[in-house]
Amino acid sequence: MRENSNRLGVDIGGTFTDVVLEARGQTYSTKVLTTYAAPEDAIIEGMHQVCDAAKIAPSDLDQIIHGTTLATNALIERRGAKTALVTTEGFRDVIEMRTESRFEQYDLNLVLPEPLLPRHQRYTLTERIDAKGQALRELDDNQIETLVDQLEQAAYESVAIGFLHSYLNPDHERRVRDAIVKRLPDVSVSLSCEVSPQMREYERFNTTVANAYIKPLMHSYLVRLESRLADHGAGCDVFLVHSGGGIISLDSAAEFPVRLVESGPAGGAVFAAHIAGQYGLDKVLSFDMGGTTAKICLINDQAPQTSRVFEVARSYRFKKGSGMPISIPVIDMVEIGAGGGSLAHVDSLQQIRVGPESAGSEPGPACYARGGEKPAVTDADLVLGRLDPDNFAGGSIKLNLDESKVALERHIGEHLKMDAQTAAYGVVEVVDENMANAARVHAVENGEDLADYTMIAFGGAAPLHAGRLCEKLGIDRVLVPTGAGVGSAIGFLRAPFSFEANRSVYMRLSEFEPNKITALLSELENEATDFVKRCDSNAEILKEVKVYMRYCGQGWEIPISLSAEQATHPDAATFLDLFERDYRNLFGRTVDGMDVEITVWSVNATTPPTSVKPVTMSTDARSISSQVKRPLFDPALGEVVQAPELRRDEMKAGDCLSGPATVVELETTVIVPSSKEAHMQGDGCLVLQNRGQQRLGA
Amino acid sequence: MAINTVVHQVMWNRLISVVEEQAQALIRTAFSTSVREAGDLSAGVYDTNGQMLAQAVTGTPGHVNSMAAAVAHFIRRIGRENIYDGDVYITNDPWEGTGHLHDITVVSPSFYNSELIGFFACTAHVVDIGGRGFTADANSVFEEGLYIPIMKLFERAEVDKAFINIVRANVREPDQVVGDIYALANCNQTGHRRLLEMMQEFDLTDLSGIADFILEHSHRATVDKIAALKKGQAQGDMSIDGYHKPIHLKVSVAIEDERIICDFTGTSGVDKQGINVPLVYTQAYACYALKCAVAPEIPNNAASLAPFEVTAPLGSILNAPHPAPVALRHVIGHMIPDTVYNALDKILPDTVPAEGAGALCNFQMSVRPRTDEQAPSEARRAEVLTFNSGGAGARPHLDGMDATAFPSGVMTMPVEATEHAGPVIIWRKEIRPDSGGAGQYRGGLGQCMEVSATEGHEFDFSAMFDRLDHPARGRRGGGNGAPTILKRSDGTTMQGKGKQFVPHGQHVQLFFPGGAGYGKPKLRPKAQVKKDVARGFISGESAQQDYGLSQQEVQGVLDDVANGKAS
Repeated sequence: MRENSNRLGVDIGGTFTDVVLEARGQTYSTKVLTTYAAPEDAIIEGMHQVCDAAKIAPSDLDQIIHGTTLATNALIERRGAKTALVTTEGFRDVIEMRTESRFEQYDLNLVLPEPLLPRHQRYTLTERIDAKGQALRELDDNQIETLVDQLEQAAYESVAIGFLHSYLNPDHERRVRDAIVKRLPDVSVSLSCEVSPQMREYERFNTTVANAYIKPLMHSYLVRLESRLADHGAGCDVFLVHSGGGIISLDSAAEFPVRLVESGPAGGAVFAAHIAGQYGLDKVLSFDMGGTTAKICLINDQAPQTSRVFEVARSYRFKKGSGMPISIPVIDMVEIGAGGGSLAHVDSLQQIRVGPESAGSEPGPACYARGGEKPAVTDADLVLGRLDPDNFAGGSIKLNLDESKVALERHIGEHLKMDAQTAAYGVVEVVDENMANAARVHAVENGEDLADYTMIAFGGAAPLHAGRLCEKLGIDRVLVPTGAGVGSAIGFLRAPFSFEANRSVYMRLSEFEPNKITALLSELENEATDFVKRCDSNAEILKEVKVYMRYCGQGWEIPISLSAEQATHPDAATFLDLFERDYRNLFGRTVDGMDVEITVWSVNATTPPTSVKPVTMSTDARSISSQVKRPLFDPALGEVVQAPELRRDEMKAGDCLSGPATVVELETTVIVPSSKEAHMQGDGCLVLQNRGQQRLGA
Repeated sequence: MAINTVVHQVMWNRLISVVEEQAQALIRTAFSTSVREAGDLSAGVYDTNGQMLAQAVTGTPGHVNSMAAAVAHFIRRIGRENIYDGDVYITNDPWEGTGHLHDITVVSPSFYNSELIGFFACTAHVVDIGGRGFTADANSVFEEGLYIPIMKLFERAEVDKAFINIVRANVREPDQVVGDIYALANCNQTGHRRLLEMMQEFDLTDLSGIADFILEHSHRATVDKIAALKKGQAQGDMSIDGYHKPIHLKVSVAIEDERIICDFTGTSGVDKQGINVPLVYTQAYACYALKCAVAPEIPNNAASLAPFEVTAPLGSILNAPHPAPVALRHVIGHMIPDTVYNALDKILPDTVPAEGAGALCNFQMSVRPRTDEQAPSEARRAEVLTFNSGGAGARPHLDGMDATAFPSGVMTMPVEATEHAGPVIIWRKEIRPDSGGAGQYRGGLGQCMEVSATEGHEFDFSAMFDRLDHPARGRRGGGNGAPTILKRSDGTTMQGKGKQFVPHGQHVQLFFPGGAGYGKPKLRPKAQVKKDVARGFISGESAQQDYGLSQQEVQGVLDDVANGKAS
């Protein structure tokens, strides 16, 4: 990408559509209310606003990078196409039977999530591939023709095809597709061997069904968007951000729309990774807290952690297992129901509980004075002096302190014999503890110790809670970057073109087959690079090869990265060394005498990361304070203190403000706890670190 | 004071998070499928007196009380004076652990500044423990495998190598079992590390303050819940297949001011085969059933469990003494909640579900090269265990859950993963139509499976099923669930329990039971019945006979399905 090109990042979120323009080295951003009926309207409006501000025309744009929650929302709200599933005889109910377990053990009135497709939209054919990829039962052409008759009669718009073990042998799925396309050319078809070629039929079928379900909708939206943009002068290429934090072409996105789920949060992780790169930080915890949820992601060596499966549309208090699994390459993050709008109550144990229910924007927290009666996290923040009632969200909503107090007293204080302030303290401690616990469990699952990490905090509510969260997690340092309110959209502009291809193929190290491996990896490489070339046929492409390994008999694999040399000349002894080294790091000791197996192979093709301009740290640190004081409750001290208040744009590089203190800006407030000081950097980033500790870069 | 309360609450939440991390570490490193895929494990933290303070929520109610009681046995057997920093203890005693030899419990004392501050314990179901394998066929616990009394696995961080050698020599899968034993010890270590971090953060020297807070709050909350219930006493019963002869489970449930008493007097005596239940396991499932109905949201600990008092006469199948065989204690144990609900429904109507499939529908295939003819050279031996569920009972205001485990909470394994685990083919695994009891709320549907060995193999099929002759009974006019059926593809009938030979080329066809219905079928809204017809959950015949739809109405639904107009 040329350094001086004009690039537009667009993130459609639940409430706001964020638009960021980078032109001539300047950044312009705006937030427009999301227009649900025609999401492209908000994009057009936002585009004109930032183009006007930058004094360029839409025709001057070189590139538009787009991420959206539309795919996720279509799955959550069940607004997809009329879709059929065709599967192996005997396995019609895989997506309905799930794991046959209850995700909440003690609720006798548990309601399981409905499958995306009801049973009468699931068809079977006689066929069977075995675990070695051999056909045990052949397809019957007459049966296929009868099936196509049925699909035609019922007028399906989209068809998912998922057969057992098709990740080993896609032949049957392709034959059925060909038969459907031949007679029903307008029906869109998704194959499990292409959408998600991984072992475990429930995840693979569900992912394929989800793709088929949203494909017609996303296809028509993307086509419409492209032409509307062109009508408004923006005829440049439009690209989409995928769940793995990279960019794919509009055509690829329309073919595999399931890869677009959670692209907004993925952009946030890319944003944090870029800042980690600027500051040369190798271990970063990205903390994105908005109105409804908080997202936490580990970023090691300036790259977000990735995973191969995640869950969307959790139906039961964000509980694991209550949603539907989607197995695609994705940035690995935990999302919990903890945001500014999360509601607090007292349970039967006389304990304060917060979330995941949210006040949303209507009626909103009690302090919005729009009829919300229950206390939300924002109410607690207001009562504790963390928010300026006259300057919330750029002054767009005036907050009512009395309403917050009433709500906290009525719903918390009266039950626990607490005043409003203590109740507010209880609420923020509980929500901070919830987030801290989620972060801890996530770190353990990844074998990481958070004590070595630096936090990067963004999203409207994060700067209010980041300081305390760090105290709880034993993290010494947190960065609050500029542009935090539109972090995801900025992240889109930092994302590379990339695509990850993967395949389940089992191989024991004792039965290592180098020729098979090189053939498989080159096939994956071709697939992945093809996607990237569709975006930019001349781009330099980097390849990352990963294999997932475990001891035979275990259920969890650990990802092992291979160098180009190790991938092109595979060698069992080297693979074993790499595995044992990582296993020892994660779990303490290796297991003697056990064979090791590889289960999944993956190749990620990506363009080189955006060049990072290292930030020169201001080595000087001038202690400053402010005449303006405001009462602020400090949780670690357990009392109200008179805390100095500064405006963020008044702070100059090198300024250092000791906590307890507050730094206010247009959209949020940075709370500096008593244990920390805030040090302004040259790029406008605010660094909170332990008082008296050696400063970053010094 | 109030601020102190908040701090205590935060510490309580943290302790729960510590044991969840402890459990997570076990899942990540375990070898046996029952732990890593199905979630058959538990983990907890205890004070110095062995009182359980917090327990991870895992898939196994059977570990609820048994874990709570286990650590006290360890303290008594090891002796306080012999507890050192770096020790790790172990047992698989069915009566002082969790009910059968396949469950290994590991306990580690936690020291802080050279002082004992508490214990961590965890349990996992290992893949093999020797003896006759995972089957009901033994006549005493001595035939069921290696018996590990409460003993030291590590003393002052030094592992007992002789013990490890004995384990290796006695089990079919030594690497995996020893691997799991180490995973258990490591997972306690993970919990211990997190606990020390918490103590430093909150500047604690021991757990007594937080223990008092947790136990007092839990006790009061549980007692408040019980006090709010209608008082009364009622009898419940349930008959099930057993091994050779039917078993009658009987219970008397009494709700008093501050406690609920469950007494299983009148229940059948100890069985010859390995389906007997040690009392700890009976207590666990009875208590789990009551907690679900009465106080679901209160976390498990010594105080929240104490108000539920469960007894069964010694010598009954629910309080089988040593050396009764107990390997498949779950098949009977999983029937306890429905028995308790049979009584509870008479005191607290509109609260509990109708009867369901109850026991998990597990089976194990011991595959080997065919012996009737020359086997192909690549044929091999393998043990393949699968977990499957029938239908759950309908609820007072909801249908039963289809093919979903209750009371157990474990998961099934993916078919594709099972077929990679050994030379077996699963030909069918799907919902069983017409198997849920009819009712205003329909019973959960069971499932059908069909399995075989791959070409060149034969196998022993170890069955662990009930409800062949005693299907789930409906409540308030609801119909019974369908019974279990199993047979070979050549039509030969098979037994519900025990190892049975399946020759080369034969399949086993399985039809797992459905849950029972709740309320009269005629009260079920027509739209719901039509929805079930459209989905094929019930047949047109059932819609007409059980629910009174006309033939035209059924045909209308089927036409809508064909034309893509069904909802």
